[in-house]
Amino acid sequence: MNKIILILQREYMTRVRKRSFWITTLITPLLITAIYAIPALLFFAGGDLKTIEVIDESNLFRDKFKSGKDYAYTFKKASVTQAKADLKKNKVTALVHIPADIIDNPNGLEIFSEKSVGLNLQNDIENIVQAEVRNQRLKRAGIDTQIIEDNRVNVNAETYSLTEGQEKSSNTGVSMGLGYAIALLLYFVVFFSGSQVMNGVIEEKSNRIIEVIVSSVRPIELMMGKIIGVGLVGLTQFVLWISLTIAISSATTHFLKAKLEAKAKTELSSQASQQQVDAAIKQMSEAGPGSKVMGVMDTIGDLPWGKILTLFLFYYLGGYLFYSALFAAVGSAVESPQEGQQLIFPVTMPLIISIMLMSFIINEPDSKIAFWASIIPFTSPVNMMARIPFGVEWWEIGLSMALLVVGFIGTTWLAARIYRVGILMYGKKVTLKELSKWLFYKV
Amino acid sequence: MSHPLLETRHVVKRYSSHTALDDVSLDIPQGRIFGLLGPNGAGKTSLIRIINQITAPDEGEVLLNGERLQPKHIADIGYLPEERGLYKKMQVGDQLIYLARLKGLSQREATERLKRWFIKFDIKDWWDKKVEDLSKGMAQKCQFIATIVHEPKLVILDEPFSGFDPINANLLKDEILELKQKGSTIIFSTHRMESVEELCDSIALINRSKVVLKGEKRDIKRQFMDNTYTLEYAGSLILPYEYEVISRTELEPNVYRTNVRIGSEGSVNALLALVISQVELKSFSENVPSFNDIFIRVVGETATQALLP
Repeated sequence: MNKIILILQREYMTRVRKRSFWITTLITPLLITAIYAIPALLFFAGGDLKTIEVIDESNLFRDKFKSGKDYAYTFKKASVTQAKADLKKNKVTALVHIPADIIDNPNGLEIFSEKSVGLNLQNDIENIVQAEVRNQRLKRAGIDTQIIEDNRVNVNAETYSLTEGQEKSSNTGVSMGLGYAIALLLYFVVFFSGSQVMNGVIEEKSNRIIEVIVSSVRPIELMMGKIIGVGLVGLTQFVLWISLTIAISSATTHFLKAKLEAKAKTELSSQASQQQVDAAIKQMSEAGPGSKVMGVMDTIGDLPWGKILTLFLFYYLGGYLFYSALFAAVGSAVESPQEGQQLIFPVTMPLIISIMLMSFIINEPDSKIAFWASIIPFTSPVNMMARIPFGVEWWEIGLSMALLVVGFIGTTWLAARIYRVGILMYGKKVTLKELSKWLFYKV
Repeated sequence: MSHPLLETRHVVKRYSSHTALDDVSLDIPQGRIFGLLGPNGAGKTSLIRIINQITAPDEGEVLLNGERLQPKHIADIGYLPEERGLYKKMQVGDQLIYLARLKGLSQREATERLKRWFIKFDIKDWWDKKVEDLSKGMAQKCQFIATIVHEPKLVILDEPFSGFDPINANLLKDEILELKQKGSTIIFSTHRMESVEELCDSIALINRSKVVLKGEKRDIKRQFMDNTYTLEYAGSLILPYEYEVISRTELEPNVYRTNVRIGSEGSVNALLALVISQVELKSFSENVPSFNDIFIRVVGETATQALLP
């Protein structure tokens, strides 16, 4: 036991001391924060105000193009040729030409620019023109504008999930995204840590240090020490990721909030009261795309995070132990990482299958396939995590966990039998058949 | 002979396709250097692995100090395998401390002893180096230190001289002799016979998984002496039939070296009397076989036997 601790200490320290460990540990939370902070920053930065000239020969659009924070529309009474020639000189981003007969010839709309026009801008302009053309045509057909206004109805479905008799606003999209993200993360981490175990075993064997070590400790102690050590490195990384992400993102949120407040203040007047500022902020975050984001945030906030994190840690450890023992067994049988890559395929196959099943399960989290895939230990770590955000019965989780524990005890036992033979076997090209024979060797 | 530190009794080890050790019984005396000889694949490594408890025998038993081998004995044995290696990315000092702690030393004790060794070998500045930055010979030295730092009663050295230059080989030889003086028992596995000649007190020769020869070095040599003698003399010599001349070479004009086998009816004294009466004798010695000869004779014999139906 003492020796296992010595071994896992070494495995842990040599990995944690590596620069690459700290780089990934620091970069990941930054990336996560960046994913949501960058769009927000872009919202604030807004870019330069772009001038767009409109030559409106139909005289229908004067009050339809509204200058915003990104674009300033100026109307011009010049000829198209002249305006085109002056485009560069006047620092105009784009020139919109609306011909006099736009109602009858909607395809006559022209946009000129130095560089190609962004898709967004083009869409905006097209939408404005299209809406007005439609209105004009309806008017011409004798339909009241009021009726047109009344017919602008937006439908937004609110989805609810009924759990424990309690109605909760849910957002299927969020659950799907989260299930996908967590399951994928679990897959990568198990795969990555497993490979680390395998390469560690191969290193010891190809270094030939193995013979000295096994003259001091039993092979199973060495194997377990390595597996636990690498597992703890993974766990350390998670803990750092989670705490760093929380720290960095709350700092960023704080910063963004301050910016939002400042923006609200400048847009009101400098003497505005605090209540007015708060109201403005509320309006800003509720208006337009903001409301959707808030909805997502609500759903994320409503998720049982304690449960998800606990289960994630359990399925990480369980899945890792289940697979890493097999990775160690394969590592013991080969002499180079290249050879290992070939022989590891049968081991990683169920992992890959569980990823393929996952996309199906996320669409149908209560199907039979989803149930079995999240119960059988080969696929349960990834597939149970994919289902968790949708809500899974406790007995299913319990059964799946129990089977996973039995599973990893089983794979560890199997792997140890292969490992003790493999580490001392040199110069043999090993096949799966050969490996299965080793299970029954006496040592 | 002092009482044996290590005994193997009727040890048998079978693998799926062959028998690696067949009824191997050896006594390895305390405080001696014991040569474990044999051609490649004879079963030496299998035996060493059993002594190290890396594998277990199928039959028979191994006793250390009269006790059956058990996990606590790991601390009493130091093993330098033939194929050596260290963790390349690890610092030398850390690595040796780690290996010493696996053998049961405390962190402090390991550090202290290792520092003493580093001073003795004058390699203090290697402590913080990574193993991958050491030359092969340097790494071998470190590994030797790792083998003996826990002061084991039994040191097992498998081909210890391979990879050493002559200067370091001499240093190693001195260390081995010093270990012996301090009372360690050394099992020395090799097929380099000149080092056996120099270092070993007793040997066992394993061939085709069986012990074919064992005993004190002197006794084995005596066993293989074939009653031949080498004479150098000036003049011409004629010997009766009891003394068979095997070879004769002329060293200088009228000076000869002759190999003579004394038959059952002859004797050394009678031969000398005959020689002195005829020629001027310059030197006379009994032919003592080298271990190289013995090795080739024994292994070669069984090899030819195996070819016979």
